[in-house]
Amino acid sequence: MKHTLTFLATLLAVLAFLPAAHAAEDKLVLTGSSTVAPLALEIGKRFEAANPGVRVDVQTGGSSRGVADAMNGLADIGLVSRSLKPVEAKTLVAHTIALDGVALIVHAGNPVRQLDDAQIKAIYTGRIRDWRGAGGPDRPITVVSKAEGRSTLELFLHYTGLKNSQVRAQAVIGDNQQGIKTVAGNPGAIGYVSIGAAEYAVEHGIPIRLLPMAGVAATTDAVQRGRFPLTRPLNLVTHGAPSPLAARFIAFAQSPAVRDLIEAQYFVPPPR
Amino acid sequence: MHSVPGDRLFGLALWGAALSVAAVFAWLFVDLARLGLGALSWDFITTAPENAGRDGGIASILVSTLLILGVAVGVAAPVGLGAAVWLNTYTRAGGGTGRRIRLALDGLAGMPSIVFGLFGNAFFSVYLGLGFSILSGGLTLAAMILPVFIRTVEAGLGAVDDGWRRGAAALGLTQSAALAHVILPAAAPAIGAGLMLGIGRAAAETAALIFTSGYVDRMPESLSDSGRALAVHIYDLSMNVAGGDTHAAASALVLVALVACANLLAVALSRRLLTRRLAL
Amino acid sequence: MNRSADALLAPLTAAMAGAAALLLAGMLGFLLAESWPALAHGGWLRFVGLAWYPLEGHFGLAAMCIATLAVAALAILLAAPLGLACALFARFQAPPALAAGFRGLLALMAGVPSVVYGFWGLTVLVPLVARWQPPGASLFTAGLVLALMILPTVALLAHAALAAVPRSLLDGAAALGLTQRATLLKVAVPAARRGIAGGVLLGLARALGETMAVLMVAGNVVQLPASVFDPVRVLTANIALEMAYATGTHRAGLFVSGLLLALLVLGLAWFAARLEPRHA
Repeated sequence: MKHTLTFLATLLAVLAFLPAAHAAEDKLVLTGSSTVAPLALEIGKRFEAANPGVRVDVQTGGSSRGVADAMNGLADIGLVSRSLKPVEAKTLVAHTIALDGVALIVHAGNPVRQLDDAQIKAIYTGRIRDWRGAGGPDRPITVVSKAEGRSTLELFLHYTGLKNSQVRAQAVIGDNQQGIKTVAGNPGAIGYVSIGAAEYAVEHGIPIRLLPMAGVAATTDAVQRGRFPLTRPLNLVTHGAPSPLAARFIAFAQSPAVRDLIEAQYFVPPPR
Repeated sequence: MHSVPGDRLFGLALWGAALSVAAVFAWLFVDLARLGLGALSWDFITTAPENAGRDGGIASILVSTLLILGVAVGVAAPVGLGAAVWLNTYTRAGGGTGRRIRLALDGLAGMPSIVFGLFGNAFFSVYLGLGFSILSGGLTLAAMILPVFIRTVEAGLGAVDDGWRRGAAALGLTQSAALAHVILPAAAPAIGAGLMLGIGRAAAETAALIFTSGYVDRMPESLSDSGRALAVHIYDLSMNVAGGDTHAAASALVLVALVACANLLAVALSRRLLTRRLAL
Repeated sequence: MNRSADALLAPLTAAMAGAAALLLAGMLGFLLAESWPALAHGGWLRFVGLAWYPLEGHFGLAAMCIATLAVAALAILLAAPLGLACALFARFQAPPALAAGFRGLLALMAGVPSVVYGFWGLTVLVPLVARWQPPGASLFTAGLVLALMILPTVALLAHAALAAVPRSLLDGAAALGLTQRATLLKVAVPAARRGIAGGVLLGLARALGETMAVLMVAGNVVQLPASVFDPVRVLTANIALEMAYATGTHRAGLFVSGLLLALLVLGLAWFAARLEPRHA
């Protein structure tokens, strides 16, 4: 018991003093989208190296958190993997640092090479339930869709003109890699994921294939040229005008100095 | 014990169950090793992560993980031990207060970890002002493992033969002396098991830490820094980073080894600290 | 240690137990406060339906509630007998060296992060099940992965309980001429009943509260399953999948999922606590 007591006392003392050793002057806090977070982390490291004494802390948690934290001041910069909604754009300013396309993927063993928009809609609403109905083999279709609120889902619904309650999915997923793993493990599956991540998977022998959308091949190149129909911006958002340090960071994140980092995360630098 | 055909069959069934469980785990472990062993090296453990974790190592993440675990176990073990002793010594199995607290603990044990994460974020990070920090994460995990630890230790204390207590009382030991020298040592295996479960669960936690200790993969300088835990790193690499699978698997191997070491330490410690007193 | 330590013992340990129980109250209060916007404006009824399209105003949680119970039930039905068999094996059947090794393996398994179980389930088990019963990600697969995940907890706690059964009891049974099977099943297991039940309850609670592993293998479609091979969404997965992108009423609706889960687990704990005295 004596040990326990001493221990508790020490612990309380430590607890009491720790929070005081907080808050560096030159600290930026970025929170939000899990899609943008790895990129923001790498840009932050390079920014720290170029500006000694500055610290950039990146926290993940989703686009809605990026919006909320930027709005109430918890974060200096919010990370948002979509365009701002009109309501949000009243108070927040978006600074696009990269683009990302969303493409349909199927298993590599699936002979179907392309689907027109009507077929995509029919598959996602459950009117076509077998690949025979789309010019493929006799195999049931496993429709993979994303969870409600995800920006890729919103983009996909907007493109197809569907409501989420019309989608008849056999699997609902969260992040991109889960979608790729789900489709790679099921010869009858169809899903939609970030183009960069899918290109990487194909290059590394993971058995999936990207399908063209509206006749445009799904490549990062097509996204950069602005030709691909399903494209979303990756944004840094600030509440009104950014602070001087945040403004410097945003300018840095939009400069050619981080181009290689954007490409290393399989995103597309925005056209200049 | 007699040996009869029924016994032989029963023994075989037990062997079969144990072997099949071991086999499934071996399957999982071999898959993990095949994917991750190639990336595992001394450098992997001692260098910082680069390129979102695809390159480099996990040094900073390992340090953060150990600190988070240290805070969690350091807080949960003494508080849990105290609570278990109280439940065992001062409440009866059927009594009102004790029953309500036990019920609360069982409810707490089943709370999804993501709810602990959101609670920890609201309470430790925002309300207490600890921010995204190893301390917030550790305290959140302490809260998470506490109920399981208390219930395990309490079960162990309850199983201590009443003869020990009567013996201690007959020798004129005070209640606290009997506890420290006789009853806790007798319950050492349960305390060890409770610690093991707690460490395992804390080390494996992802959802609760994303919202409390955070995502920053820099080397932590103090407990008030944000630090990414191994489990969070593994989740991010396997679900969010294209081409992160190899390092995810390698990190998982390190985590499993870490948990194994922590478990050995916990068992050895609970045995050493407690059995020494039994000899007094 | 002297008498004054005794005077401190009761209030100190009581405070610790109280703090642990207060945590639950704090968490429930937090959940309630966060879900209030959804509860206040739509009433309870809107959560009763089957359809969950929060952005279109449908907040039905019934299908997910049933799926949560079904997945956890399947997991515990698999893990409880297998875990008890493993515990009996390690305590009574295996040669001492093997028993220690096997116990170490169980502790190791308890420390494997749920992310790793999920990752392995997604890349190995789901494709395997998909070949047999597409789409693969289903209630069945989720139950399997969860069973694997909670088995070490159930086995370790059962083992700790069996280890606390006095040797004399077993020797007495053997002296009476009982077979090994009868000694274990009729004497050892009943004597360790409370600890074993505690382990099963903890396992069940963990199965109900697990997030990441289920999210990766259950398919996450909100529906009433017609067979065990249908994809389902559990309450925890609902929170983890959508919390990151939810705002306003949607976010509050997700906290209602958490609240419901907490009540579910509390209800189970209460039910188990009620059962106990009658058997004692």
